Amino acid sequence: MAGNESQGRSVVVWVCEGTWRASVDAGLGLAPAGARFTLLHVTPAEVADAAHGAYLGLFGRGHGAGRDPGARLDDLAAASAGDLLARAADRLGRDCEKLEIHGHAERAVVAASAQADLLVMARDGDRSRLGPKSLGKAARFVVDHAACPVLLVWPEPAPDITTIPPPPQHPAPPSIAD
Amino acid sequence: MGESLALIALVAVLAWAVVRPRGWPEAVVAVPAAVILIAAGAIGGSSAITEARQLGPVIGFLAAILVLAHLCDDDGLFQACGAWMARTATSHQTGTGARRLLAQVFVIASVTTAVLSLDATVVLLTPVVFATASRLDVRAKPQVYACTHLANSASLLLPVSNLTNLLAFAASGLAFGRFAALMALPWLAVIGTEYAVFTRFFAADLSVRPHPDPDRREKDTGLPVFTLAVLALTLAGFAGASAAGVNPAWAAFAGAAVLAVRALARHRVAPVALIRAADLPFLLFVLGLGIVVKTVVSNGLGTALAPLLPGGTSLPALLATAALAAALANVCNNLPAVLVLLPLAAPSGAGAVLAVLLGVNIGPNLSYTGSLATLLWRRILRRHGSAPDLGEFTRLGLLTVPAGLLVAVLALWVSLHGAGG
Repeated sequence: MAGNESQGRSVVVWVCEGTWRASVDAGLGLAPAGARFTLLHVTPAEVADAAHGAYLGLFGRGHGAGRDPGARLDDLAAASAGDLLARAADRLGRDCEKLEIHGHAERAVVAASAQADLLVMARDGDRSRLGPKSLGKAARFVVDHAACPVLLVWPEPAPDITTIPPPPQHPAPPSIAD
Repeated sequence: MGESLALIALVAVLAWAVVRPRGWPEAVVAVPAAVILIAAGAIGGSSAITEARQLGPVIGFLAAILVLAHLCDDDGLFQACGAWMARTATSHQTGTGARRLLAQVFVIASVTTAVLSLDATVVLLTPVVFATASRLDVRAKPQVYACTHLANSASLLLPVSNLTNLLAFAASGLAFGRFAALMALPWLAVIGTEYAVFTRFFAADLSVRPHPDPDRREKDTGLPVFTLAVLALTLAGFAGASAAGVNPAWAAFAGAAVLAVRALARHRVAPVALIRAADLPFLLFVLGLGIVVKTVVSNGLGTALAPLLPGGTSLPALLATAALAAALANVCNNLPAVLVLLPLAAPSGAGAVLAVLLGVNIGPNLSYTGSLATLLWRRILRRHGSAPDLGEFTRLGLLTVPAGLLVAVLALWVSLHGAGG
């Protein structure tokens, strides 16, 4: 990574459906000047596999060219990912590399950001009750295993700190079990 | 000798159906296998003919439904469903739109499966649902899994919803309307269970709010009113024909014929496409498979399984029947499973036959095509370097299948005994 200094830091932005705008904006706003951007999108393999598996369950019905929904989903997913990356690149408004991976999101992101100086990603969990669940399984895995610093952003404006519940007034006495 | 020959034939038929070397049809092995069993004397010629006579009308019914679904797709029915889902999922600002979209997918996939069979949901609706999700900028995974799950578990309602139902319908002696009345409660109970599990299992994916780009708005294609009217009349025709003692398959033929004539007159479909939609090789496959399974059952499997199948329609008996059916559907596949179990369950009455259907229709959500088929599929894909990860699918199945079976059997028991049945 020593060679990166001369070319600028490398920043990987993990682009996901619904949350990509916040990630791109944070990458643009907080990355060091002259950073080289990679926009990364992962299409989960399970989606097309599920459709293909259900299709196999029909045995011979509906066979024929272009009938396998697994293959159709693969095509649709490739088109949709390309489109999403193009819109993210538009929003970034700078030269960037676009990377589309088909596989397990969490492992693909960790692998793709292994040589990066910064990974930007958004929370992907249930944010209606703030707490551990505001990180989904994939984000949790990436935060735990990423080999580079991670910038974790809110998909919407960050909640005010007054939303943190007050500390308990009368903490329960420690139980004396044995 | 007949027993092992029949078993080898069954395994060969199923293995070929999954692998389909060079894309050859399933019938290539199923039909010769049936002929060999008849020639070897493992099954009498007359019982083979009886089996074929029983399967013939069922297969014709299925062909009519496949053509009907194909014509509905040609007329833009599923595109209209996608446009409706996209429009309404974003028009409400309360709650997250992904969750709202999931509720709509549940409604559309359940109704599509019930009326036009699971094939329509898997082949025609799933790609539309995926495209809708990506247009709305939400994660497609829960929505696609919902389609694949409901294609199985929401196929309980009508005889036309699943080939397994058509086979059981012929064996049960129930009228079309009575079948639907008994299965309505189990159908709703299973869909409710699936929805409760899905909203928890995919809570993270569903928390994403849709952000459709204004310039990518779906253009409103309008509802295919004519097609919907024909579908509604066909449904009424099923119940009416059956009540009048006429095979409801004729209503399906009539509905398919009306749409086909209209599409042909407007040059919107080629006659060849209609014949292809009817899928003749598959119909031959079912015929061959039926005769092979019949041979396996009469050569010992029937007597081996009979003690496992409790008689009667008490709650424990229904539970055991559904559990056995689900287990068998997961060992081989639900098509041979239902062919094996129907003659054993039929003497116990319609309740037992419907319990078999609960098992063979809900069960496959544990292992797509039965474990034998899934194993083969994994081996083929691993050779190509892309073995599917079945972990998430299996975890989801473990949460929905036992719970779905339990509530469905309870609901069936209530329908059978509570409603004076």
